[in-house]
Amino acid sequence: MDIEVYGEYKKTAWCPGCGNHDVMKAVRQALAGLDLAPNKVAHVSGIGQAAKAPHYIDLNGFNGLHGRGLPPAQAIKLCNPELTVIAQSGDGCNYGEGGNHFLAAIRRNVDMTLLVHDNQIYGLTKGQASPTTPEGQITKSQPDGVRNAPFNPIAVAVAMKCSFVARSFSGNIPHLVEMIQLAIRHKGFALVDLFSPCVSFNKVNTFGWYKQRCQELPEDYDPTDWAAAMQVAQEFGERIPIGVIYRNDRPTLDASLPVLQKGPLGRQPVDKDGLRALMQSYT
Amino acid sequence: MSHTGRNIVIGGEAGQGLVTIGQMLTRALIRSGYEVVVSQDYMSRVRGGHNTYSIRVHDAPIAAPADAMDVLVALNQETVSLHKHELAEGGIVILDAGLDPEGARAVPVPFKDVAPRPIFENVAALGVLGSLLGVDRPTMEGLVRETFGKKGDKVVGQNMKVLDDAWKWAEAHRASCAALPAPKGAKGRMMLHGNEAIALGALAAGVKFCSFYPMTPATSVAQELITKGRKLGVVVEQAEDEIAAINMALGATYAGAKALVPTSGGGFALMTEGVSLAGVMEAPVVIVLAQRPGPATGLPTRTEQADLNLALYAGHGEFPRAILAPATIEDCFHLTHAAFDLTERFQTPVFVLTDQYLSDSYRAVVPFDLDALPPVAEPDFSPGGGPKFKRYKRYELTESGVSPRKVPGFTETLVLADCHEHTEQGNITEDADLRTAMNDKRLRKGEGLHKLVIPPRVSGDAKPDLMLVCWGSSEGPVGEAAEMLRARGRTVGVMSFTQVWPLDPAQFLPALQAAKEVVCVEGNATGQFARLLRQETGFEVSRTLLRYDGRIFTPGWLAERLG
Repeated sequence: MDIEVYGEYKKTAWCPGCGNHDVMKAVRQALAGLDLAPNKVAHVSGIGQAAKAPHYIDLNGFNGLHGRGLPPAQAIKLCNPELTVIAQSGDGCNYGEGGNHFLAAIRRNVDMTLLVHDNQIYGLTKGQASPTTPEGQITKSQPDGVRNAPFNPIAVAVAMKCSFVARSFSGNIPHLVEMIQLAIRHKGFALVDLFSPCVSFNKVNTFGWYKQRCQELPEDYDPTDWAAAMQVAQEFGERIPIGVIYRNDRPTLDASLPVLQKGPLGRQPVDKDGLRALMQSYT
Repeated sequence: MSHTGRNIVIGGEAGQGLVTIGQMLTRALIRSGYEVVVSQDYMSRVRGGHNTYSIRVHDAPIAAPADAMDVLVALNQETVSLHKHELAEGGIVILDAGLDPEGARAVPVPFKDVAPRPIFENVAALGVLGSLLGVDRPTMEGLVRETFGKKGDKVVGQNMKVLDDAWKWAEAHRASCAALPAPKGAKGRMMLHGNEAIALGALAAGVKFCSFYPMTPATSVAQELITKGRKLGVVVEQAEDEIAAINMALGATYAGAKALVPTSGGGFALMTEGVSLAGVMEAPVVIVLAQRPGPATGLPTRTEQADLNLALYAGHGEFPRAILAPATIEDCFHLTHAAFDLTERFQTPVFVLTDQYLSDSYRAVVPFDLDALPPVAEPDFSPGGGPKFKRYKRYELTESGVSPRKVPGFTETLVLADCHEHTEQGNITEDADLRTAMNDKRLRKGEGLHKLVIPPRVSGDAKPDLMLVCWGSSEGPVGEAAEMLRARGRTVGVMSFTQVWPLDPAQFLPALQAAKEVVCVEGNATGQFARLLRQETGFEVSRTLLRYDGRIFTPGWLAERLG
């Protein structure tokens, strides 16, 4: 698919230098590489800076509520298995407001991809701590430093045996493209936690900070080794591993529903004879 | 049979099997051709406490529970103590010979002799009841065979013997209880409660997706779809919370599947942001709100009509909605079916507002004629209809306010559904003129909804001394209370609203103005519907008659207070 088909939006609400610009480039490249037609993709988001993505790319879009991107994304797949479903939102949306949906989506294992723009800060609301802001970091709303221990999305996802867990960085577009493509191709709920630095409100976790730390996992790393993945998931210091950290082939919910073998639910007619027989069962 | 029929109440602790006895007897009565109204009064616990299962049975149509008890089946001593004063004149208590009837007329049953083990006592009680009431015995035997059939011939045989022994034992005590008169109703009717009728109405309308979080008294809507609807191609997903449930439903309708979300007050409170999302996104969704008494956890298993305001005003911002309030089991079916058409047609949330009483109340219902149902609106599944691989005008500004709703994947054009104020293509906008135009467009759909308002059912005397206004499930008890008052010489009319929003005053205001006195009967403490009437029409009812103790309206309770 020609990359131009997904459109290019010069005017966005994102700051110059924001990692989101590079993420969008990577998403376009990934989709083009997978030859996905724009009308066969449902692109879902919540609210936040990252969540504006559906407005800046030519795909079917569902821009829902803050923290609530995952529930409609899963339902879309459960109602039309022919669509490729990609949800895109930030760390606040997915790990804060939508934390329960994040946990449930891992357990439910619908075949879809979640791209979390993780900038370790709240950008849209201008600089409050997010669930992934490190302990002690001073922000406008946490002037004495963040007191809450940070949420480790990779460790949580691996611990829950999430079907696919990857980490990447907007500063390494080829890597990010590869991760997005692997996530989309993977049959199951695929998480890509991707660092996308906020140039305005996070002066600690900057482009340079991530660039210095992000290191690709070695060639011989085995993402099907759960215990090894749990170890890697703990690494968040001078070195932050990026790549496919964990994956398994747990059956997906959508594949387990026989009714979905008949195609999109919306076009399936009312089974009047079945309903008449059902009414008889109440007599 | 007396003009009020016969009221059979089974009382005991949760877990003693009173529901099993009640269900089997109700089914036997319906199969025999009687009319029934079942009301279930239970506490929020799985074991212990005190629950009752009441079956009012009649040879003529009835629509309300009864006041007094004619036959009380006491499964424990507490039931005798609590209800002996509610026995009608000539009423009897059926109880184990080891219990004390506390002075009430009693039929003490030696259950230990009739049932070899306690597990058979339910069937023994059924045999005694069937025999005393003169229920058709082959019908009862068929039911026992059907109920225990899957447990094998041995179990069936044991239960049939217990039924037979109990039946014979009771024959010697027939004098203590008048048999029911011959039934007049049709055969082949369903035994259906409100939530089952809602599930059937949804299936008839083509529901394909249901997301829910369990909450009494709404759970059985989803449960019916799980147990019985799955074969008909419905995906039912138990969500992590009600917030997920409604947001899933909006994803489902975006993908072209009709979606249903059943819940009760507390769960619905969590959904309100999603209701607002449906408003701006112009996403169809049918919300079944089965009311129970609040605030917060309130009386979790009892009934009330206090969430009208919640349904009316849930969701920030301004957008149209419709609220249907079934009064009967047939209404539950037809109004749910209608709700799907309205929500698809106007792309805005539509509510089916019921309550615990109606949710759990079994009646005899003729199977619905599916071919007689009006068609249900559909989204536009056609290919094309917009620029290839570019967004079409999902929110096109139209005269009716309704924009073409295409379905992603079925067309080469792109569908962008959005939660912000947006352009016709669905992109975020902050333009003042466009904001105004979009808001006006959404509200114009309210005019379309207004044209389709279901008028209230008006019955009884024209230009009456007393007009009783009610909405939802209280229609049956109010109607019977009106009959009681008429028997005392008063002229009484009943105006029953099955759609409570929007209202069309032209449909009912003249009738209200023609009545000498108008009393609004509601199951809440503040007269929410009476206030809504005044807000929309300026008409002030003479007074309200309110019940908010968690218990259902009965004709006698109402007549006493209206006398």
